[in-house]
Amino acid sequence: MLIKRSSSHAVPLGSEITPQAIYEARRQFIAKMALGAVAGGALWEMANREAFAQAPSGAKIAATRNAALSTTEPLTPVKDATTYNNFFEFGTDKSDPAENAHTLKPRPWTVQIEGEVKKPMTLDLDSLMKIAPLEERIYRLRCVEGWSMVIPWVGYSLSNLIRKVEPTGAAKYIEFTTLADKTQMPGIRSRVLEWPYVEGLRMDEAMHPLALLTVGMYGQVLPNQNGAPVRMVLPWKYGFKSAKSIVKIRFLKEQPRTAWNISAPSEYGFYSNVNPNVDHPRWSQATERRIGEDGFFQKKRKTLMFNGYPEVASLYAGMDLKKFF
Amino acid sequence: MAFNPTPRQFKGLKAAIFILALVPFARLVYLSVMGSLTDPLAFITHSSGDWTLYFLVMTLCVTPLRRLLKWNWLVRLRRMVGLYAFFYAVIHFTAFLWFDHFFDVAEMWKDVLKRPFITVGFIAFVLLIPLAVTSNNAMIRKLGGKRWQWIHRLIYIIAPLGILHYWWMKAAKNNIGQPLLFAVIVAVLLGARVYWSMTRKAKAQPARA
Repeated sequence: MLIKRSSSHAVPLGSEITPQAIYEARRQFIAKMALGAVAGGALWEMANREAFAQAPSGAKIAATRNAALSTTEPLTPVKDATTYNNFFEFGTDKSDPAENAHTLKPRPWTVQIEGEVKKPMTLDLDSLMKIAPLEERIYRLRCVEGWSMVIPWVGYSLSNLIRKVEPTGAAKYIEFTTLADKTQMPGIRSRVLEWPYVEGLRMDEAMHPLALLTVGMYGQVLPNQNGAPVRMVLPWKYGFKSAKSIVKIRFLKEQPRTAWNISAPSEYGFYSNVNPNVDHPRWSQATERRIGEDGFFQKKRKTLMFNGYPEVASLYAGMDLKKFF
Repeated sequence: MAFNPTPRQFKGLKAAIFILALVPFARLVYLSVMGSLTDPLAFITHSSGDWTLYFLVMTLCVTPLRRLLKWNWLVRLRRMVGLYAFFYAVIHFTAFLWFDHFFDVAEMWKDVLKRPFITVGFIAFVLLIPLAVTSNNAMIRKLGGKRWQWIHRLIYIIAPLGILHYWWMKAAKNNIGQPLLFAVIVAVLLGARVYWSMTRKAKAQPARA
């Protein structure tokens, strides 16, 4: 048997040596792969940051869940609740507030409380937040446009603040004024509504425990596009009744003029309670679509009277809700 | 600005417009399927309505451009553009019937009769149907040019109804910039026709010496 022994220090044939050009190309290729992986990773991270940027990135807020006043329905994805907003001070498209509201400066912030009260005061945010323990409440939100969400808000009943400032006997209504600052709110330049945005309630509505003075959502401080740093949430009324980015609260003898009512009195009344039996002139209010849940293949869901908060019904006993829509 | 495409160029141009006109549809399908839209149903409804109006305005541009630029070949693109207007109108109407009423025709009918902006939109859509149905050479031959032309003059009613539909839908938002822009464009395009038809009549009846 003939065994070919190769010598341990045999010189390889010239043809077996990898030419310089090729091995350099290989090394470059490997380097590029590595670089590609790093770049890809970076891109991935950026994409994720983008996704996170859409969620509230603010500070956490400690609050105790108020289960009695919370629905158990599934929450709307935070991305939807923070990127699909009507906040005309930042533009009229639903995506505008999330894009433009970064110019809003929610701190330092003060809320001026005046009018028919024994103790008018100007409160900064920290003192405002200390008036009552913060609660988390999961409320349904029904927009007048026919869509709805389920959002965990953080705040306390407005009645706590009202008691603190001691309204006089003459106070029959309460008025909320939203910030109207051209330098912080690009939408103010358009004449789409009369600025500042003003909303209001009757005093007994404002005292109802459901009326939530709100400073957070999804366990964090309010994102700018959702009305930072302090807003109202009135779950039995259409969304536009809940004033955002509030700078002033006035107690009044007379019913205040409110933004949408000024703009289109035949379409938006002072009360604007969610009511499936009273149509908007241009569309039915009998049904709604739950954002993030209801898609192409089911009927719109039925809208509930007072958005499913029958405990407010007594506020309107004896009133013709078709007339006082 | 005399520009006369060769048959080859014309074919290319027509193919390019055919594909470009499908881009809004592709975008609509893509965005809805991708799940990146918060409310795809509202998006489909609004975007298909917008594109119906854009294509309607484009068809109305053909005659004035022909006259002003002597681009007679434009008229051979008009049918396609008009059919695209109908295509997007069908999507818009389907979105209304499907998303708003989940194919409950009785409910839809109530809505059509109750709300003026839907009433005019619905009429505009119904009037578009005979135009779409007769948009082929066989129908022109069958009807005869004159009668065919009369049917297609319905566009002079359809376009203003479409704008009115859009205007009333937006009216209460104090946000009528866009409907106003559409209204001005359509008024100019229709006004030009009225002007030309009057001057033609004036020429046809020369003043007696």
